[in-house]
Amino acid sequence: MSPVLVDIANLSIAFPTQQGLSLAVREVSLTLGVEKLGIVGESGSGKSLTARSILRLLPSNALVTADRMEFAGIDVLRAREAELRAIRGRRAGLILQDPKYALNPVMTAGEQISEAWRAHRKGTRRQARAAALDLLAQVQIRDPERVARSYPHELSGGMGQRVMIAMMLAPDPELLIADEPTSALDATVQAEILRLLEALVSRRGMGLILISHDLPLVAHFCDRVVVMYAGRIVEELGAADLSHARHPYTRGLIDCLPTLTHPKSRLPVMVRDPAWLA
Amino acid sequence: MIEVEGLHVRFDDVHAVNNVSFAVPRGSGFGIVGESGSGKSTVLRAFSGLNPDWTGTMRLDGAKLGRQREKQFFRRVQMVFQDPYGSLHPRQTVDRALSEPLLVHGIGDVEARILRALAEVALPPSVRFRYPHQLSGGQRQRVAIARALMAEPEVLLLDEPTSALDVSVQAEVLNLLADLQQRRGLTYLMVSHNLAVVAHLCPMIGVMLGGEMVEQLSADDLRHNRIAHAHTAALRALSTELEEP
Amino acid sequence: MSAALPGPATLSWRDWLLTDTPASRAQAAWGRRYRLWRDFRANTLATGGLVVAVVLIALTLAAPWLATHDPGVQELANRLQPPSMAHWLGTDELGRDVFSRLLYGGRVTLGMVVAVVLMVAPLGLAIGCVAGYAGGALDRVLMRVTDVFLAFPRLILALAFVAAIKPGVTSAIFAIALTAWPPYARLARAETLTIRGTDFIAATRLTGASATRIVFCHVAPLCLPSLVVRVTLDMSSIILTAASLGFLGMGAQPPSPEWGAMIATARRFILDQWWVPTIPGIAIFVASLSFNLLGDGLRDVLDPKQR
Repeated sequence: MSPVLVDIANLSIAFPTQQGLSLAVREVSLTLGVEKLGIVGESGSGKSLTARSILRLLPSNALVTADRMEFAGIDVLRAREAELRAIRGRRAGLILQDPKYALNPVMTAGEQISEAWRAHRKGTRRQARAAALDLLAQVQIRDPERVARSYPHELSGGMGQRVMIAMMLAPDPELLIADEPTSALDATVQAEILRLLEALVSRRGMGLILISHDLPLVAHFCDRVVVMYAGRIVEELGAADLSHARHPYTRGLIDCLPTLTHPKSRLPVMVRDPAWLA
Repeated sequence: MIEVEGLHVRFDDVHAVNNVSFAVPRGSGFGIVGESGSGKSTVLRAFSGLNPDWTGTMRLDGAKLGRQREKQFFRRVQMVFQDPYGSLHPRQTVDRALSEPLLVHGIGDVEARILRALAEVALPPSVRFRYPHQLSGGQRQRVAIARALMAEPEVLLLDEPTSALDVSVQAEVLNLLADLQQRRGLTYLMVSHNLAVVAHLCPMIGVMLGGEMVEQLSADDLRHNRIAHAHTAALRALSTELEEP
Repeated sequence: MSAALPGPATLSWRDWLLTDTPASRAQAAWGRRYRLWRDFRANTLATGGLVVAVVLIALTLAAPWLATHDPGVQELANRLQPPSMAHWLGTDELGRDVFSRLLYGGRVTLGMVVAVVLMVAPLGLAIGCVAGYAGGALDRVLMRVTDVFLAFPRLILALAFVAAIKPGVTSAIFAIALTAWPPYARLARAETLTIRGTDFIAATRLTGASATRIVFCHVAPLCLPSLVVRVTLDMSSIILTAASLGFLGMGAQPPSPEWGAMIATARRFILDQWWVPTIPGIAIFVASLSFNLLGDGLRDVLDPKQR
């Protein structure tokens, strides 16, 4: 049995609004070992909030309650800011949707990766630079020297996302959270990036949480899939068992996709049963 | 209805669209697929008149289109944008957005037309006086479609109309577009990166790569893998790979 | 369709205004105005600013009835008196009643500010939006003209302008307006450049709307909130420019009272008779502050996304 990286029990996240508290995440329980977990849901289902709460990267007005909220044995809810900083970036990395906004526009890719490396390990500038080039090679960039000298705006979307991944890998983390890492990318690039992530995670023995709205995609690359609806986990299943999904919401997500192989003249429309919220 | 012959678009030193030709019969649909940077949206923008830097021939219903579009053109051709968050004016209510085309073209009977348009895209009348930020993504895209239909066009240009939406909402919007086409005999010119979405709505498909249209094939040919060009095959493989659980 | 009137028993006017499903455009418009007002009122500071501004303007408008003395009458025997029952806020260096001069001076000062703002804001907005939307040669010409005006020190340009015509309140207003519009044009242009490329403007172009219609009905309203804030922040500097012009004999002509000029002429007494220059100073401060708070509140309310 692999070590438990993330252990969440009964997590709820609420936001104060004019009409009182609005619950964005309701009683979510989740454990993660060294595996690839996909969290799927529509916008507003609470999938990003759930994953980010592990690093306590939530909007400042969020009210978080949980029976248990641990990262590698550390109680995240009670941890001090200094302890959290030791987790964020060092032991757990976060990859965001659009590298255009996540990278610093006035630093070269190489500098940013070196800086990430030096922030968590002792080493000289020269070592950091060598490490950066090595990391760029690891994310399968063919010409690491050239990319290291480039500024983010000179990189394509896929290249930027590789740089982002290299940066997150620099401190050798135990967990990687990828929040819609490919939805800004083309289908061919998307597949490459996900294969790369999959390979890196397997080789380094890391945990991966892949957040996406694309159920088939997540099922293809993860071991296990958690489906969220309106802040709750409605179904949890092995990626191979997707065709045996039982919850009508999961079924609806699969059925309402237009496909090439099984064309339908009319797409089935999901009828949302209020009972799903109960 | 739509004929494009030898279309070229150049930005400074980039040849964004290179010798693209295709035709769309009235009441039918043509889908352009390709990756970002393939020039597919540029074709759409050139036809809509948003981008004047093109050469070649484009015809609407047999009549040649000039660099500057007449007002009448915008009664016949309308466009739905990719991002329903960005394509609605943030400070105008739905009512204002829908009445704008009527005011511009001097069409009367505003009150009844707005109510009818909302009903046609299956929006409740209560959204009429809301602002875009008070609506969900799917509702906004319905408003954008309703706005495009206000002046009763014959051609609808669809620029990735569902890619910013959740899949369940995407299904609803695709159904709506299919219904509208049937009811009004609309001609669609659609751009998307999603083969399945394009094939669902358009019987003919053009594949673009690096500014050129490398293949034109029917949706049926695409489904049954009767494909000539390697890029089309690659795109199809990526799409079907995920469909098989 | 006519607006349904609220039924007396079942529906209060507030429910009618706040309904989620207005029956007509008129009802929706009134509902929107009511909500704006309600949001504005929820902002205590902004409401305070509005109240103070309204009170100040009302006081100056009612000056003939409220003033205890004639603001021009000199009483040299009673010069530089501290506040007393006879002269509520004391007297100035010529023995004139400061309270009465303050009331009448407010008419000149606030009148100048309002006049300048009413001229400058629409002009700057129009120039900036047109330049930003049109781009190309028109943009370059308009912006170079703006740069030329920006390059001159404000006061010197105003002075030259007033000197070229004839000193007085009217020419001071025009002179200040002439020097105050360029920043607004710059601001409006910068906003327009970001708005111009958005999809919703492209969508409006595709309805067939003319460029004029797009600029004035679709672009300009979006530039307004930042402009309003800038205007309210500038009000105090407009008052001070007016004062400087007055001090140099190019603005309000003595003996007509004006807040800036009152400070300027009384500043010699700041150490011994401090209240003489301080009182009009407080008036300027209160007026500027109230306009600033009002502007901040307006900006928050005008942006529907913040609600």
